[in-house]
Amino acid sequence: MTDMLLNVTGLSAVSDREGGLPVLRDVSLSLKKGEVRGLVGESGAGKSTIAKAILGILPRTVRVTGGWINFKNRDLLAMKPQELRSIMGSEIALIPQDPQTALNPGRRIGAQLADGLRLKRGLSARAAEARALQLLADVQIRDPDRVMASFPHQLSGGMRQRVLIAAAFAVDPELVVADEPTTALDVTVQKEILRLIRRMQEAHGTGVLFVTHDLGIVAQICDSVTLLYAGKVIEEGPVRSVLENPQHAYTRALIAAGPRYDRPDAGLEPVPEEIFHALRQEIGIR
Amino acid sequence: MAEPITITGPAAQFRPPSRFKTLLTEPKVLFGGGFILLLLVIAILAPLIAPKNPLEQDLMLGSLPPAWLDGAEPGYYLGTDDLGRDVLSRLLYGSRIALFVAVVSASLAALIGTVLGLLAGWYGGWTDRIISRIVDIWMAFPPVLLSILLVAVFGSGVHSVIAAIVIIDWTRFCRVIRAETLAQAQLDYITAARTVGFPRMKILTREIFPNIVPVLIALVSLEMGIAVVVEAILSFVGLSVSSDTPTWGGMIAQGRQLIHHAWWLLVAPLAVLFATVLAFNQLGGGLRRAFDPVMRR
Repeated sequence: MTDMLLNVTGLSAVSDREGGLPVLRDVSLSLKKGEVRGLVGESGAGKSTIAKAILGILPRTVRVTGGWINFKNRDLLAMKPQELRSIMGSEIALIPQDPQTALNPGRRIGAQLADGLRLKRGLSARAAEARALQLLADVQIRDPDRVMASFPHQLSGGMRQRVLIAAAFAVDPELVVADEPTTALDVTVQKEILRLIRRMQEAHGTGVLFVTHDLGIVAQICDSVTLLYAGKVIEEGPVRSVLENPQHAYTRALIAAGPRYDRPDAGLEPVPEEIFHALRQEIGIR
Repeated sequence: MAEPITITGPAAQFRPPSRFKTLLTEPKVLFGGGFILLLLVIAILAPLIAPKNPLEQDLMLGSLPPAWLDGAEPGYYLGTDDLGRDVLSRLLYGSRIALFVAVVSASLAALIGTVLGLLAGWYGGWTDRIISRIVDIWMAFPPVLLSILLVAVFGSGVHSVIAAIVIIDWTRFCRVIRAETLAQAQLDYITAARTVGFPRMKILTREIFPNIVPVLIALVSLEMGIAVVVEAILSFVGLSVSSDTPTWGGMIAQGRQLIHHAWWLLVAPLAVLFATVLAFNQLGGGLRRAFDPVMRR
């Protein structure tokens, strides 16, 4: 078990805002070192809640009622805020969903990239700047010098997301949580960003928890996948076996719902109501 | 590593414009700022450029009309008041008090309001509750009455006027800055900075404050306009500087009594006051647009 990076066991949580509605029901998932695991589900399935729980940024209205989040055999949920802060941005990093709000609009890219390196790696201002330049080159930004001196609004969405990927991998973390990093981007840019994340992940040997609602993205980038519905794990396993030989009717229906570029007349079938009905009964929602 | 991507098209030619250049392309900044700058030069050089001594009376030349009307006397471009004092010179000297009060009081009010607003918005909890309640109570007092009361307590004079404006108007800054801080604190980059353990004070000064500066600049400029008006009000009721120092408010008060046979005595200071306040407001709006990295596109 030495190569196990992250182990979420029996995680349950309720939302106090919605009168104690369960948002996570006994969720378990694991991530090996260097593995990319997709965390898939519809809106409200709880995939972002899991990501936030790992990062320790759950909103106050969500309360964890049971379970563990073991990161390298330490329970993140039981940690003091101070210990958590020393891990976050150092051993665990985030690629956020919205590159628009994740960068400070009033500071230059270079300064923002250098921040993490100086705080977490103790680099001098000069060393951090040199490293930041190198990182921008690593994420295939052509003229890093210009980007370093730019403000976020002067960059396109794809460029901003590259910067954020550079920032996430800057500290050489062991776990990167990617929270729908391509949702806010054009489809054409999406693919480049996915390849980039995969390449960075392979180069650094990083474990990635990839939150998305798109099975197509999972097929492109993930090694394994966990499928959620209403806070419950529906299906789980290596990507190939789950996508090619789905065990659960809901998974099959979801795969059928995706667009088929090879057969435009097929696909885009909404998930049938019976399946939702059966799912709710299975989970125990009225 | 694979070969770097090549960016062509508009993005490749794009160079961040300098802030100064952006400022000069903003007509509001150009006109508002130009007028204020002119006023500033006039205020500083008043003794050199004023055609007459603003206090020199000549009862033989009382209530002269401006130069373009019949009966005007050469050298008195905007006419004279009932005591024969040169209106233009008095206006020029009046800008000194007006600008001094505007700059000093707006800066002090901004300083107090911003510090308290940032603390309230960022630390929340009891800090916020106490500061916000004080602001609420403060704002319940009618401002003009409160300023008259304050000047009456402190005694008249330019320092009392400044103190009164600062004491009343810091709440303006506090409220807006607190709201802005709250809005900024919601954004992902602040969450990120907190999660990785940046010191809270450092997040406030390095991450949040710079993003509030555009709003702050606009507020300061607006506040200067307000301060000019308040100073005029207090001079109008005779609570500002002593009556032998020319002020726009004092001139308005004097002109009001003579409106029927010397209208220019009221119109001239009113026009200058109006233009000044307008210029401050335009400058504030323009600066905000020019400095705001999100609006500047």
